Amino acid sequence: MSDTLSTTAPQAGSPLVSVRGLSKHYGGERRLLGGSAPLLKAVNDVSFEIAPGETLGLVGESGSGKSTTGRILLQLETPTAGNIAFRGQDITGLSKHALKPYRRDMQIIFQDPYASLSPRMQVGEFVGEPFDVHGLSGSRSERQDRVASLFRKVGLDPSFMKRYPHEFSGGQRQRVNIARAIALNPAFIVADEPITALDVSIQAQIVNLFQDLQDELGLTYLFIAHDLSMIRYLCHRVAVMLRGRIVEIGPCEAIFDNPQHAYTRALLSAIPVPDPDIERSRRPLSFDVNANLPSEEAVLRPVGDRHFVLEG
Amino acid sequence: MTKAPLLEIRNLTVAFDTPSGTVHAVNDVSYSIEEGETLGIVGESGSGKSVHALSMVGLIATPPGRIVRGEVIFNGRNLLALSQRELFDLRGREIGFVFQDPMTSLNPVLTIERQIAEPLRRHFGMSASQARIRVIELLELVGIPDAEQRARQYPHEFSGGMRQRVMIAIGISCNPKLLIADEATTALDVTVQAQILDLVRELKRKIGTTVIWITHDMGVVAGLADTVQVMYGGRIMESGPVRSVFYDPRGAYTWGLLKSLPHGERRGTNRLYQIPGNPPDLTQEPVGDPFAPRNPFATDRCRVETPPLVNAPDSVPGHKVAAWYDLRAEIQRMEGRP
Ligand SMILES: Nc1ncnc2c1ncn2[C@@H]1O[C@H](COP(=O)(O)OP(=O)(O)O)[C@@H](O)[C@H]1O
Ligand SMILES: Nc1ncnc2c1ncn2[C@@H]1O[C@H](COP(=O)(O)OP(=O)(O)O)[C@@H](O)[C@H]1O
Ligand code: SF4
Ligand SMILES: [Mg+2]
Ligand SMILES: [Mg+2]
Repeated sequence: MSDTLSTTAPQAGSPLVSVRGLSKHYGGERRLLGGSAPLLKAVNDVSFEIAPGETLGLVGESGSGKSTTGRILLQLETPTAGNIAFRGQDITGLSKHALKPYRRDMQIIFQDPYASLSPRMQVGEFVGEPFDVHGLSGSRSERQDRVASLFRKVGLDPSFMKRYPHEFSGGQRQRVNIARAIALNPAFIVADEPITALDVSIQAQIVNLFQDLQDELGLTYLFIAHDLSMIRYLCHRVAVMLRGRIVEIGPCEAIFDNPQHAYTRALLSAIPVPDPDIERSRRPLSFDVNANLPSEEAVLRPVGDRHFVLEG
Repeated sequence: MTKAPLLEIRNLTVAFDTPSGTVHAVNDVSYSIEEGETLGIVGESGSGKSVHALSMVGLIATPPGRIVRGEVIFNGRNLLALSQRELFDLRGREIGFVFQDPMTSLNPVLTIERQIAEPLRRHFGMSASQARIRVIELLELVGIPDAEQRARQYPHEFSGGMRQRVMIAIGISCNPKLLIADEATTALDVTVQAQILDLVRELKRKIGTTVIWITHDMGVVAGLADTVQVMYGGRIMESGPVRSVFYDPRGAYTWGLLKSLPHGERRGTNRLYQIPGNPPDLTQEPVGDPFAPRNPFATDRCRVETPPLVNAPDSVPGHKVAAWYDLRAEIQRMEGRP
């Protein structure tokens, strides 16, 4: 069963990932001594689809629910409400066992390239570990060859396989994480701020790598970031989150050239541009989040081709 | 007749002695700032931005830190020759600081008022009620509404942006001649960052503070600074008026950094220019130009002999670069190739 999953091509026009009415609430549970913990709607009734080979950008202020959305998509957390379909199959709330074949196809890359590595494991072992977990290791030399080829794919010298994480720079560590994420030939990767913690001179290297891997392997990405100029450069479509809700979603050009929601406009106007003349005339728009929280009844309404804005 | 600069740093060199060897964190850094100027310092993490600023005012731990040589002349005095007591009196009073992380710089169990009042009472011997008046004035100045009530609250009752405003209030509380902000908006959302940057511009207009703004964000420097200084491997690679450095860079590192950033390009355009290689290992004795191993234009000389920071040929006054190669000629040659 697991093998057919990763090879079956999705039907033309059908999304690879689709989420409907996704919510995640924290707190709210009754306390022993009466009263209840404050309820936080970290993700609140979110719906979107991602087509095969597409990159969807997810932006918004910190705490707006971007990482939670990513984790729920991969079933690393269970949603309070709503469901997630992968290749048309509802995978919400599946048991660990039933999820295993889907795990191969869905991977995540985190912001801190060091935290996800095991300090005492040689990076070659770390990259090859998914083969063992899924019983795909083959012979020792086969495994070695496959890890070496992954290293080459992400621009690392295979002779580094025997080294430990502390011997690498931040950019190299992120390459190690990416190598492991693509080991099982996944279809979908959630990249949660994968360049935020990297040196400025390294960010372009990693962004180019993401793009090359997409071209080569046909990967689909949910790319979470707060650097909007990178989002514009990388993504087909963008979703803007505010306090757990998607307030605007649409093709990159529509969002950047014709933003409709006041928060999107404020966000775009606030990005510093590395150009002194432009910077000196830029006037950021202000947006008071607390005074402009979307109401519970607000719904996404179409304002253009595949372009939706939260209204009400 | 020109006035003496407010701050002049000469040949500042700082090292850390660690179990895995000596870290050459700051190497032969020299520059000066005029009163009222805003200097932006950019460079990637580990390039020596923080260490050079902290060592000016005796804020690095010695050991493992060690000021190998140099002078820091501030307002006519060499700070490196001052006693700890004299430095203590100077910090906050004449030089104010704002650091990246207000979480670790604010004390969670003290009210905002106590924390802003502390330097005022220490440096000016203000009474509690005198200090309170000034605290409220400062909170209003940095744009915190309901200052009187807010002053009695604790840090956790403030949002990240509001805490950073408090840090700026503390930084400017004693009307310092120089304000040093180290990645002060890096942890904030861009919308909040925009407000803080506006606030700094307004403070400069109102009270004429001289500012050193340390960041890795070229966009922030483009909008805030009069002059910019680019650091790499503990050295200044290029410096000068912000327009000249951004529009006519002469150092390969500055050029590569600017070129590697997307400038509003959309998907489907060319790959981003990428600087090859990885940041330097500072436990190696610095030999030659630290950027040479990653510089496509490096000459043999770059690898063995450190280039001095000198006036860039045919550029505006004050634009300096440390390079043996001629970037303009190299780029012309590169772009002229079919
Ligand atoms: N495990 C958790 N328990 C309680 N609250 C959480 C948990 N994880 C996230 N949150 C809260 O949910 C909100 C959204 O968080 P997150 O998804 O990490 O936002 P983002 O990635 O956009 O910064 C935040 O207010 C955060 O504090
Ligand atoms: N206490 C310390 N012990 C050893 N090395 C240090 C210490 N503090 C800083 N360094 C080293 O000094 C170099 C410069 O650091 P820093 O000035 O913090 O860089 P930046 O602020 O540009 O990111 C780095 O290589 C860093 O690891
Ligand atoms: S602001 Fe809140 S979380 Fe941060 S240090 Fe203070 S009390 Fe702790
Ligand atoms: Mg997050
Ligand atoms: Mg620093």
